[in-house]
Amino acid sequence: MLRILLGANLLVAAAALLLAPRLEDWPQRLVELATWCEPLLLSTLGLLALGRDWLWRLKPRAGQALVLLLVMAQALLFFDFWRFMGLIEGGWGAALRAALLAAAATLPLLLYFSLRARAFSPAVAEARLQALTARIRPHFLFNSLNAVLSLIRQDPRRAETALEELADLFRALMRDARNLSPLSDEIALCRQYLGLEKLRLGERLKVEWDIVDVPDDALVPPLMLQPLLENAVYHGIEPGEGSGTIHIGFSRQGDAMVAELTNPCPPGQGHHAGNRMALANIRERLDLYYDLEARLESSEQNGTYRVRITLPLRRPLP
Amino acid sequence: MTEPTPAPLSIVLVDDEAPARRRMGTLLEDLALELPTRVVGEAGDGEAALELIQQVQPDVVLVDIRMPKMDGLELARHLAGLPRPPAVIFATAYDSHAVQAFDLNAVDYLLKPVRLARLQAALEKARLVGPLTAERLAKVRQESGQGARRHFSCHERGRILLVPVQDVLYLKADLKYVTARTREREYLLDEALTHLEQEFAERFIRLHRSVLVAKDALAGFERGQGDGEEGGEQWLALLKEVPEKLPVSRRQWATVKQYAK
Repeated sequence: MLRILLGANLLVAAAALLLAPRLEDWPQRLVELATWCEPLLLSTLGLLALGRDWLWRLKPRAGQALVLLLVMAQALLFFDFWRFMGLIEGGWGAALRAALLAAAATLPLLLYFSLRARAFSPAVAEARLQALTARIRPHFLFNSLNAVLSLIRQDPRRAETALEELADLFRALMRDARNLSPLSDEIALCRQYLGLEKLRLGERLKVEWDIVDVPDDALVPPLMLQPLLENAVYHGIEPGEGSGTIHIGFSRQGDAMVAELTNPCPPGQGHHAGNRMALANIRERLDLYYDLEARLESSEQNGTYRVRITLPLRRPLP
Repeated sequence: MTEPTPAPLSIVLVDDEAPARRRMGTLLEDLALELPTRVVGEAGDGEAALELIQQVQPDVVLVDIRMPKMDGLELARHLAGLPRPPAVIFATAYDSHAVQAFDLNAVDYLLKPVRLARLQAALEKARLVGPLTAERLAKVRQESGQGARRHFSCHERGRILLVPVQDVLYLKADLKYVTARTREREYLLDEALTHLEQEFAERFIRLHRSVLVAKDALAGFERGQGDGEEGGEQWLALLKEVPEKLPVSRRQWATVKQYAK
């Protein structure tokens, strides 16, 4: 969506540059052209959004042809409307010219998207996603196994539960990462993970959940949160003196969902390579799932480290 | 006739995770027949461990590498300065850099979860080989990419005093010792200035042959009469919080002057 807007506007800017006799005239021509193009662009996008599900079902070629036709029809319609309003004049020849120009602008964009789709074709994207799917830190695995071993003689029942949780966690990690999963699943997974960490760290690890106004069935990329929690424990709790609190918040902002995670940042413990890698990893996955519509920011202030993910709120199709 | 039973090895366990200490304790109990040991204390971080170890003077310390306040490598480094240093055996769940550094320097270590046989071998070896030297530990630390220590250690009346690195304004080499100056007083360190310069390159900068100054302790510079070495007028560094003025050598001025404000 964003890419269409950007692409079309770039084309408009290029056209204006072509039309402007001198460089100084460029901005003015740009504004003039934009007044003609933006209504067409926005209304077409609106129609495309409405017909999206239906268009998806067509063959790619047919879909592209249809989009092209739609754009041309829209151009004709607008031209007719403007002529009716007396804003421009010209016969059918001029109208046809407008339609062809619109098609000429649409074609490169369609080509770009089909190229992009091929570059990120399901097979490629899937492979990327699988490769990017968070891997658990070996540090966590071995320390947890060690903690479970320490329980086996004193508290066999608790050791059993811990191993079951470890099994669940690894099942989730090895699961197919292609599809978005419900938020409730991700949260359950995180609780299991934190439960295991609590086994080792005891009172040093405190966790606060704060979920406001976000439906349980909202869809999120699998394992979006767990790697961040793992980082928070590794960099924020383990090296800290005394205990530390990890805060996880979910809230809603219009059509977007915001996940925010904060943890203390003990002095002398910068968030180093490992952390940056995890963040880059999640960023790339968000990119594959949502393109430009999701973002991830991180900041450090007054000894608190904060990661914030904004992503479109999606619900399963009924 | 019965063989004389050797005195059990006294051991201190250092790990920030209680379950890990418990596990190590259990293993030592299992080993009691082959290798009698006695756990004489436990600590959850390096600082507490240093205190405890000076009191109970164990034969062996089993120490985790990653811990809050003071990590295992730093603890071992301070322990190496004790009059009767214990043998140190490192344990880690997973730390590829440290493990690599241990291998390179032939320092023994245990991987958690620890196997009984492996623990036994390590203890027997430690008893034979004895404590690690500070130089070897410094090398391991450098190669493990763990960054600099957080404390200097200084021996006073048979005890180890920890001087937080961040409190030290400058380090000055005299004949045999290096003096560390904090706002309150001076401490004698048993280390070489060149090693310190390497280890703490991020924090300290060399002013001249025998002085390293903390970059953030510099208040400014002025021209003045130095105490001789180079003679004549030279640049003097002014420090925050202490009145001393430290001469800057002509050679170092080029690099030092960028810290002038």
